[in-house]
Amino acid sequence: MAENDEVIMLDFWLSPYARRVQIALEEKGIKYEIKEEDLPNNKSTLLLQMNPVYKKVPVLIHNGKPICESLVVLEYIDEVWNHKSPSLLPSDPYHRAQARFWADYVDKKIYDNAMKFFKTEGEEKEDGKKGLIEGLKVMEEQVGGDRTYFGGDNIGLVDVILVPLFSWFYVYKFTNNLNFVSQESFPNLFAWAKKCTERDCVSKCTPKEQKVFEHFQQRNLLNSDQ
Amino acid sequence: MADEVVLLDTWVSMFGMRVRVALAEKGVNYDYKEQDLKNKSPLLLEMNPIHKKIPVLIHNGRPICESSIIVQYIDEVWNDQSPFMPSDPYDRAQARFWVDFSDKKIYETWKKMWLSEGEEHEAGKKELISIFKQLEDALGDKIFYGGDSFGFLDIGLIPFSCWFYTFETYGNFKMEAECPKLMAWVKRCFQRKAVSNTLPDDKKVYDFVLAMEKILKNK
Repeated sequence: MAENDEVIMLDFWLSPYARRVQIALEEKGIKYEIKEEDLPNNKSTLLLQMNPVYKKVPVLIHNGKPICESLVVLEYIDEVWNHKSPSLLPSDPYHRAQARFWADYVDKKIYDNAMKFFKTEGEEKEDGKKGLIEGLKVMEEQVGGDRTYFGGDNIGLVDVILVPLFSWFYVYKFTNNLNFVSQESFPNLFAWAKKCTERDCVSKCTPKEQKVFEHFQQRNLLNSDQ
Repeated sequence: MADEVVLLDTWVSMFGMRVRVALAEKGVNYDYKEQDLKNKSPLLLEMNPIHKKIPVLIHNGRPICESSIIVQYIDEVWNDQSPFMPSDPYDRAQARFWVDFSDKKIYETWKKMWLSEGEEHEAGKKELISIFKQLEDALGDKIFYGGDSFGFLDIGLIPFSCWFYTFETYGNFKMEAECPKLMAWVKRCFQRKAVSNTLPDDKKVYDFVLAMEKILKNK
């Protein structure tokens, strides 16, 4: 790939989906520019043009061409910059299928339920909480012991996809409402997340806990249970 | 090397059909095991403990789950002929994007329309047609979504075509009128044996859905 590639990411600082893409770019040492969107009410013309289907971040714009949906973007980055380590996906087809399976599980079981928990009320919020706990219990079994990362010895697709949500979970330190997601309840996951965020590339992409907490507070996302 | 390939599936599943078309395109012999989803087999529960769903491909004893993941796996393992993925990474990203779009949107929107009435039904219908129009736009003037060759996105979408008669009948619209270019693409796909020999008859699908409706309404 030519070194005068133009790589732009349409971003919103809080979006854990966008953080995934930024982590991948950082880990691979790819030069990129961030264009911060003013979400949710003031989406730029560029965003609407580059992602007409979903109108969401992240969008990667590579030499003027858009790629949308974080999982699709991650595989694209891995393929285009396949000469730069780490490889996000293993080379063996069976292990690639496993990595894609867990990435899909994290997206559907953990992220979708987390969004339900954080953004809805009443029964839907309870459903989200239940689904989130179930999903985290499954992932808790997948890491730890001699598995430093979900990708094995080095950071991979599943690690990059899961870790950004932890900057939302760390808010539990400031409130009681998230006490079901803690170091005590998920020791393997929290140890793994700590290991990831100690990497320079990941820590650079992790918003400050205080900032996340204040954002949630401002939007009344941390009220006591209804 | 004698590969052992087993597919856990149900005949009417659009997602299972993707895998069957993919295996047929590659000329892979496999053992098809029809599943009873009201009475899930120990094999299914063992091979897909997380989701307990079909399709599941079992290759030399190892399970692969989720239809779009299975199709990519098939492409990567049987890589000596008929590649599914475009060679260019950008085109691959587009193919993955639209398969993901069809995964997220089609079945959920169909369910919204299926057993609902009045405003909800009309909204579901409108949304379903809009989804297919977006997919038609993505095809443009290409022969297949893969360009000149039948590829990953073609495989991802063609199974929905045997559900079109069902969508049309419940929704009271005609795909030919709403998406003529998409229907022309369907006809081109059906010229391939892997598609015409694999996909079930659309009236059979409709009868199945009608039977399901009776069961649900009698609950």
